[in-house]
Parts: sequence; structure tokens; C-alpha cells
Amino acid sequence: MERLRRYSRRAFLVSSAAVAGGVAFGVYAVNSPPDNPLLADRGEGEAVFNPWVRIDGSGITLITPHIDLGQGAIHAQAVLIAEEMDLEIGQFATSFGQPSKAYWNTAMGAEGVPFMATDQSFAAESARAVLGGLTKLIGLQGTGGSTTMPDSFDKLRKAGATARETLKLAAAERTGIPREELKTQAGAVLLPDGSRIAYTDLAADAAMLDPVQDVPLRDPSAWRLIGKPMKRIDIVAKSTGTLAYGIDLEKPGMVHATVRTNPRQGGGLQGFDDSEARAVPGVRDVLEITGGIAVLADNTWAAFKGAGAVKYDWGPAPYPAEQANHWQALEASFTDDLLDSTWRDDGDVEAAMEGAEVVTAEYRSPYVAHAPLEPLNAIVLVEDDLVEIWAGHQLPRQLQILVGAITGHDPEQVIFHNQFTGGSFGHRLEFEFIKQTAEIANQVRGTPVKMTYTREEDFAHDFPRHIAIGRGRGFVADGKVQAMDLSVAAPSVLASQMQRAGIPVPGPDIQIAAGAWNNPYHLPNYRMRSYRAAELAPVSSWRSVGSVGAGFAFDSFLDELIHAAGADPMEERIRLMEHDVSRKVLEAVAEMSDWGSPLPPGKGRGVAFVESFAAPVAEVVEVSATERGIRIDKVWVACDVGTIVDPVNFENLVQGGVVFGLGHAINAQITYADGMAEQTNYHAHEGMRLYQCPEIFVRGLENGEQVRGIGEPPVPPAAPALANAIFAATGQRIREMPFDKHIDFI
Amino acid sequence: MQATFTVNGTERQIDVPEDMPLLWVLRDELKLTGTKYGCGIAQCGACTVHLDGLAVRACQVAARELDGAEITTIEGLGTPAAPHPVQAAWIEHEVAQCGYCQSGQIMQAASFLDLNPAPTDEEIDAAMSGNLCRCGTYSRIRAAVHTAATKMGS
Ligand code: FES
Ligand code: FES
Repeated sequence: MERLRRYSRRAFLVSSAAVAGGVAFGVYAVNSPPDNPLLADRGEGEAVFNPWVRIDGSGITLITPHIDLGQGAIHAQAVLIAEEMDLEIGQFATSFGQPSKAYWNTAMGAEGVPFMATDQSFAAESARAVLGGLTKLIGLQGTGGSTTMPDSFDKLRKAGATARETLKLAAAERTGIPREELKTQAGAVLLPDGSRIAYTDLAADAAMLDPVQDVPLRDPSAWRLIGKPMKRIDIVAKSTGTLAYGIDLEKPGMVHATVRTNPRQGGGLQGFDDSEARAVPGVRDVLEITGGIAVLADNTWAAFKGAGAVKYDWGPAPYPAEQANHWQALEASFTDDLLDSTWRDDGDVEAAMEGAEVVTAEYRSPYVAHAPLEPLNAIVLVEDDLVEIWAGHQLPRQLQILVGAITGHDPEQVIFHNQFTGGSFGHRLEFEFIKQTAEIANQVRGTPVKMTYTREEDFAHDFPRHIAIGRGRGFVADGKVQAMDLSVAAPSVLASQMQRAGIPVPGPDIQIAAGAWNNPYHLPNYRMRSYRAAELAPVSSWRSVGSVGAGFAFDSFLDELIHAAGADPMEERIRLMEHDVSRKVLEAVAEMSDWGSPLPPGKGRGVAFVESFAAPVAEVVEVSATERGIRIDKVWVACDVGTIVDPVNFENLVQGGVVFGLGHAINAQITYADGMAEQTNYHAHEGMRLYQCPEIFVRGLENGEQVRGIGEPPVPPAAPALANAIFAATGQRIREMPFDKHIDFI
Repeated sequence: MQATFTVNGTERQIDVPEDMPLLWVLRDELKLTGTKYGCGIAQCGACTVHLDGLAVRACQVAARELDGAEITTIEGLGTPAAPHPVQAAWIEHEVAQCGYCQSGQIMQAASFLDLNPAPTDEEIDAAMSGNLCRCGTYSRIRAAVHTAATKMGS
């Protein structure tokens, strides 16, 4: 019966496609639900209602395909399903599930369109629909771009509602009571006489039914979980050392390993001498892999020691060896030839500035490492007919393809077990560490290989955030900002990263301009252009991507113009803001910080506003200039994400984003010398420590129409708000990160 | 070399190279993976455990120093069913994001509060700043240390 049902469904797909023909197939494929991966290994008496809910006699499992990188994604996804399904926290298990087209990210495409998030026009919406469709066609399952909530918010509530109604239907058929007279509560169907039938009791019956579809979603006023403070489901495990991360796993018979590849990223290995390494107690073997070697050992420590004992002859870097040359490449990129796109051209900046006294400034944003606290690691087992991977990764389906290409397996033969991770900040969008482990495992088929990076290897192969230079010209008159002409030059992070992922990204790189072109101000004359430098060091998406560098240039320069005009930084931003939701964010942060109230000498406040990932965020930073340096006293943050799913986690993420943005602005950069990153561990790339952490006050607004993610958007305003505050306190304008090149911090 | 020492109240014997750090003894030999590897050079605090009652970086303690030592790891501090007051405070404030640093943060805080049951903000800053949190949970760590101090004092 089950097999027949599956067969006929597939037959239907084929015949529809055949009837519709080639072009229509695309439309059909976009409009039809991709196959449910849970059907493939469905057990006897086990109900799967959609790709997110699985129930059998023993329990309920919610599939949360977005990986948890510390942003609370598992909890938030589960809560959305549980809300509609009438499950209580604690009544279900969660699983990342297997990679599947069914989990294509409905929100990732929207981020790439050249329309401002505030633009709801037909053209903007059509472009989002087209890119969204493409994302679905390739089945792009991904966690990133702060899309977990936008992707999941409706979809997972619908999944919960479908499951609930189908369980009620099963109960109706069993009891003869009409479905409309049944209610659900705490994991059970409630009969009119008050008796209960647990969902788990109904699973076998429900498995025989076609799921009830098109169930309307509940009104927000009926929500029990969404928006209420709740204990995150992983919080006890994460507070007792009982959560197993990828790095903690062990597989029977596994061998430990580490790799050392050319620290001049992408350069080759010209030769090596492993005789001393082989003498290290516990070292079992030394193997060659692409660009370097792997040491296999009885334990992690022996593998680390072994890798340190090999003598290497590394080839040259395929990019400029010295940092100064990277900056020179950017400086030389502001040319017509390298113009990537003109993102804004409001009014006429040239005419407005003609003959006028023009304000100019240049801003720099360095390479910065992701450096999540858990060094990258993976376990891979290669056998003749399958590959198994245990690791945390943000793009599981691309991973299956890339690993299968190494081991000679079809992507479907690559079983991927996603894992909790000790952070990512974008690092786990990269594939190298798992590909390297697959290369090793392919050479020792049948033995699981657990590969762990040393922290030094992790830094050397971080694929840092791209460097950027922003150049501004502007004009003020009558106490107002009249014209702003901002150009940003950077290498393309999307081209660098997606080339490694095997995903083509045609067209201009929106991330060079992100954070600068999309802020919904109305300046009488505003032009924003991006220039695409040649590829330099390989770079990757770093928490909020381009919006850090370009947002720093945009908001710092706006602040300079406002000061040149003699206007108040907050009032002028509010006056120029033409988007209601964003203006309310600025007004909220002004009120929270008591903006305008007098400060003692030596203290200063700065405000910044940057919209990223369609979430508007305003921050006010207050600093004290002391004899020993700048102390950051307080930060106020207001942001709008439409709907806040978990207020406690929301506050935590915003505070963390501020710490991340401030900490790296103060003291972190990657620089290249002799083709290698000079920073090898946290002593040289520190970020913020606890003693530097200001008090951080957070207010989440819910005026926006759509739900937005909050993992990244608090990061970009932090650096300009701090630079603007330092200017207010000291009169010193800092235009280059890390700021500690120019001023001390305590 | 061989060493005999106590981990979480249980006597353990190991036979490992004398320079193997306690961190890897715990993780790879004794399968106690609650103690984390972050930097290996005393910069992050993810590997913090108690040695004879004091917080130490397990990546900096060599096997040769272990004979007769008493080690407590996060697994021995408390359990999900019976958390230590510091862990209870961490749960109450929902400190963790990725959580990877938190074993070390909690072990550091527990040892510090043993020595200083009613710390000021400045003392907390001084005691906790060797523990890096890449996710930036410092605001909550500060609050949780105060809460833990209250819990332990009562
Ligand atoms: S691993 Fe020991 S301090 Fe970082
Ligand atoms: S919670 Fe992620 S490093 Fe601290």
C-alpha cells in the first residue's frame, strides 16, 4: 500500500512533466513540493505528514534542517512547529534530518536581488520570486544570511498545522466524532468528553491518511509559545558539558587525524620530509592530500605533534604575498573598467557638488577571521557503496556533491549527519575541512577518520572577511546634508566563496555595496557605486558579510557630513529617514539612550544606523576618553524584525552581535606577509573580552511586516557607532578598522 | 609514562607520553569531552578544569604533572538533574549561544566564587577575562556570576 502510494506519486510527477513539456517543467518544478525525504525511510506505523514532522508509537521528532551555530535555530524552528501542533517544549525530539531539496531555503534568493528590502514594488517582488524559484530548483538548502526565521516562519507553522489537523482526522475516523469537534492540547487530541488520545497513539492511523492540506494559520493572539520567554531546549545541555559537538564524537575503530596544508592558501606542496613525524609516539601514518599532508594517529595530540614535526616546502601564494599589495589593488580599482554597479543615483550628485566645497574621506575595513571557538573538524567514513559524514555544515547538499566528487560516489550515497557547532560566523559555509577529511578517508576506506584542525591551521585557512575601501565625497549647506557620493571597492566575496561551493553567481556582487546602498534614507542627491577588485586572498562570508565594511564607510561618512553641516547626528538621521519602520528604530534608540542629555567632559555618544538582511538596526554607543584610552561604557540597540519568536534568545543574539561588531572593530585583522596570514591564534586576533564589554540595552520592535533574522544585523552599526562616539568624545575621527591602530582602548 | 590521579572523584590510571596535555588526556584517553579545545596556548579558557580545587587551563598541564592530582571537570561539577549553583545560574540566564566556551566559563566562575563569594563587577571582569566567548555572551555571564554568588551564599 505504502509502496504503491509512493509509486503513483512519482508516476504523476513524470506524466505531468511529460505533458507540460520542457519550459513548463521549470514552472511545474518550481510550483510542486519537492519529495519528502522522510518517506524514504519511513517505518511501519510511522506517520510523516510533511518533511518536518515524524511521529511513531514511541515519540515525536521535529526536523529542524537549519543548522544550529549558536543562534538558537533548532529551538526556534521547533517552536514554530510546536506552536501550531499544540506540543509543549519537552514533548518532542529534534533532528537535523537528511539533506534534501524539500528543505530548500525560501528566503535565501530574496537577499540577492538588486532591490531595497523596503521596496515592495512589482519589479522588486518579481525579482525575488524569480531568484527564489531558482534557489528552489537547485534545491539550495542552506543556513546563512539570517534567513532561518524568514524561511521558516510560515512554512514550519504550516507544517505543524497540517500535522495537527491530520492527527485530528485520524482521531475523528477512530471515534466517529467529526474533526471540527475535536481539539488538540499538549501532544494529544482532546475529545468533547475531555478524554485524550496521544498523538503517538494516533500515528499508525494517521500514516494511512492523506495529510490535511491548506490549514489556515492561527492568529498571533492565540500563540502560546511564539513571543513568550521560554527556556531554549539546548540550554541545560550547553550548561552542563553534556552536549556533544562534532569535535566530541567518536566512531568505532576510528583514527584521529589532522592536516597541514599550504598556509599560502591555494599554493601547492612542493615537497616534504616526514621522517621525524613518523617517529612521534602514536603517529600511524602520513598521507598526502591536496596542497599538504595529513597525519593519522592514535589521538589528537599525537596527530598535532606529528604535523608539527614534518618539514614542508610550500609553493608560492596565488595572490599578492604582502598586505600592502592587497590595499594597492583596491586603491587602483576605482576605475570605469572595474565599476561593478551603480546601486543608487538619486538627484544629481555631480551638479550638486559642482563648484562647491566638498567634504571627502576614505574608510578601510580589513580582512578578519571567523575563528569560531570550536576548531573545524569532521568525521568521514568512506566505503565502496556509501560515504558517511559527521560534521557541522551550512550547505549540506553542496557538500554531498563535492565529497561525492572526491570519493566517486553519487550525492545520494553521501549520508550527512549535521552536528551542533561551537560557532561558525560563516566559516562553516566553507568545504575544505570536510573535503580534506574525505580525501584522507578515501585513502583508508572502511576506517572512520576524525580530523581536527589545530587552532593555527584554522586561522591559516579561515577564508577571512574581504577587505574594502570606501571613498566619500559630500556637500552640506543650510545645516543639512545635501549630497553624498560613496564608492566602495572590494574583491568579490560571493565569487570567491561560491566558486568553491560550485554555485555560479552571475552579475554584480551585491555584497560589495550591502550596508551602503540599501539604507532607506532620502538624501536629495545620493550616488552609491561599487567597484570590483581582482580576486586577492580567498575570502568568505563573515557574519553580516559586506555590510560591515560598506556600512562602516556609509554611516561614518554620513556622520562626518552631519557634523560638517552643524546638525545633530540623531535629528538629521531621523529627518533624512524616509522609511517609517526604520525611523521608529532611530526614535526608539534616541529615547532609550536619552540622546541629547548633557554628558560630562571626556564622554561622547555616537549613533549609527545600518540595514542589513532587511532588518533595520540603530545603535548608540557611549564612551569615556580616559588617560589610558577609550572605555566603551554603554550601548543601546533598537531593531525591527517584524516578529520576535524567542525574546530571551533575541536579546542574547543582539548583545552578542554588538560584542562581535565592537570587538573586531577595536582589535582584529588578518594581514598577509610572505603570502601567509600573520595572525596564528587568538593572542593576535582577540575580539572583545569580558572586561571590555559595555552594558548593552536592547529593544526589539515589531512594526515591520515580515519576520527577519537577527543573527547578523546587529553587527554592522557597531563599528560606525563607536567611531562616531570616539569623535564626539575626543574630536578624533577614526576611519580605519581595527581602531586600535589609531587609539588605545581599555 | 604512567600516572594515577583522580578525576571527578574516581581514580584513573593513564599511560601516555609525558608531554601530553591534560586536555587531551581527558578528551581522547578518558573520553570526557565536556572540556573543550579552543586554542591550545592558554588564550581562550575553553579547556578550564579544576586541579586540586583551582581553575587551570588543561591545555597547559602536562601528563607528567598529574600523578596524585585531583581533577574536576564540567562533568563532575554538576549534572543536568543536579546542576551546581553556577550551572543553575547559567541555565536561569540562558547564557549559552553556541555553548562551546561555557564549560570553561562555568569552571572558571565556580573556582573564582569559591575564593571570592561576593565579588564586585571589577573582580568579575578580572577573573573572567581570560575566557573568550566568540558568540559574545559576556553580558549574561556577568549577570549569571552575580546570581550564582547569591545562590551559593544562601
Ligand atoms: S584550549 Fe586551553 S586555553 Fe584555549
Ligand atoms: S557561547 Fe559560543 S563561544 Fe561562548
